[in-house]
Amino acid sequence: MNTAIAFENLTLGYDRHPAVHHLNGEIARGALLAVVGPNGAGKSTLLKSIAGILRPLDGAIRVAGAESGSLAYLPQIIESDRSFPISVHEFIAMGAWRQIGMFAGLSRAVRSRIDETVAAVGLAGFASRPIGTLSGGQMQRALFARLMLQDASTILLDEPFASIDQKTTQDLLDIVRHWHAEGRTVLAVLHDLALVRAAFPRTLLLARELIAWGPTEQALSPANLMAARNMVAAFDSDAHACERAA
Amino acid sequence: MEGIASLLAPFAEFGFMRRALAGCVALSVSAPLIGVFLMLRRMSLVGDAIQHAILPGAALGYLVAGLSLGAMTLGGLVAGLAVALLAGLITRTTNLREDTAIATFYILSLALGVTLLTARGTNVDVLRVLFGSVLALDDATLLLMTGVSSITVLALALFLRPMVLEFADSGFLRSVSAAGGAMHFLFLGLAVLNMVAAFHALGTLLSIGIMILPAATARLWTNDLTRLMASSVAIALASCSVGLVASYHLELASGPAIILVAGCVYMASILAGRAGGLLPRLIPRRHLEG
Repeated sequence: MNTAIAFENLTLGYDRHPAVHHLNGEIARGALLAVVGPNGAGKSTLLKSIAGILRPLDGAIRVAGAESGSLAYLPQIIESDRSFPISVHEFIAMGAWRQIGMFAGLSRAVRSRIDETVAAVGLAGFASRPIGTLSGGQMQRALFARLMLQDASTILLDEPFASIDQKTTQDLLDIVRHWHAEGRTVLAVLHDLALVRAAFPRTLLLARELIAWGPTEQALSPANLMAARNMVAAFDSDAHACERAA
Repeated sequence: MEGIASLLAPFAEFGFMRRALAGCVALSVSAPLIGVFLMLRRMSLVGDAIQHAILPGAALGYLVAGLSLGAMTLGGLVAGLAVALLAGLITRTTNLREDTAIATFYILSLALGVTLLTARGTNVDVLRVLFGSVLALDDATLLLMTGVSSITVLALALFLRPMVLEFADSGFLRSVSAAGGAMHFLFLGLAVLNMVAAFHALGTLLSIGIMILPAATARLWTNDLTRLMASSVAIALASCSVGLVASYHLELASGPAIILVAGCVYMASILAGRAGGLLPRLIPRRHLEG
């Protein structure tokens, strides 16, 4: 029961072309795991499949307690559309969906939790502003606030610190550490290896296939990083069906 | 006083003018709300295409049963929903983008609709279907329009939260609830219902106007969703009333007059709109302290 997520001979991809090939392994409950690899290595694809957005081409993913609400997913910020005219407060408040659902009003307790969360990410002065007026870093703070309200046991972050300044990164990293201390399972796709070494005890190094998975220093050894860098990124349009066994 | 009395005289004097006003009020309460969401979801043109898709359905109803409310409404509903779903299906399952799928259906619907109509109808019927007959609304049509309007307002009031979330961040809604797909289809269903209701008054070519023009006008004045919804309804109500009065006194076609009044408000708002108009951007003002 100490496994949060298990991969069983997992192959993911698009149009039958694999982006992640034959991945096996288990993520322990409460782990703080960095997912590292070059562009096109399948990191975002892996997170999407854990979040249930992408179905495996082959193999399976088991997520413990997969009922709705136990898992929260933060996509890459470029995937978000901020043109819809709702305020920062309304946007963040939707993180309380599990409490308020489709119809319920916001109770005083929920309201004060929302206000606390808005303040905790440093957006107290921005609550009534439309989300479209926030800077990239402020928007990422708002998204983290919504994640905090979701109160999920497993949290998936896809490049949470991309194009975010140092101060914001530190503030958001503190939130991640706090989640880890609370015993939540956190997976984060990251490119900043110094940050991974400093803050993430375990790392999964991916280059369309698993290169290494373990304590961060060992996973990010020069030999492993070199192997990941030599990943064949080319897409073979004449590829044959894969015959490799599990 | 006398001026106002003479402006209102047509409503006091003629039952068909009162009916036209009642139908327009019903339309104005719900159609602009659909327009607001169509606009925010960048689906204005999708709405236009669905509107045209209603034509062959209504024409088929007309071929079968003549100018019958029930047959044309049912035909329009089925055809509108079918195209809304088919366009989505084609976008998801082929390599065509949504705008292309929409453009193809739009033109095919128009061609098929006019072909069906002219196969049996007269030019008068064709005009009526294309531009509506707001001055000839009978009891049944009025009931249909007020019914659609009531259903729309109730459904939006009940499902506003998941619907807004589906439009603002559908990925997030999918991660917390299975309601996303249902909200999408509920919205499409409401949109088609309103289009069929508007079709009876304004015809297949003009009825999208009472949805999109008030929504676009309101967008030029406010960034707040609640105000957007309220003001788009107010703009539609005003445009309908003024349009009807103007069409009576100036002897203009009523449907186009209503849309033209909405168009005038829209053009003025493009100039003066506080949230997105031209003039507020051009007038130099000192920047703020913080």
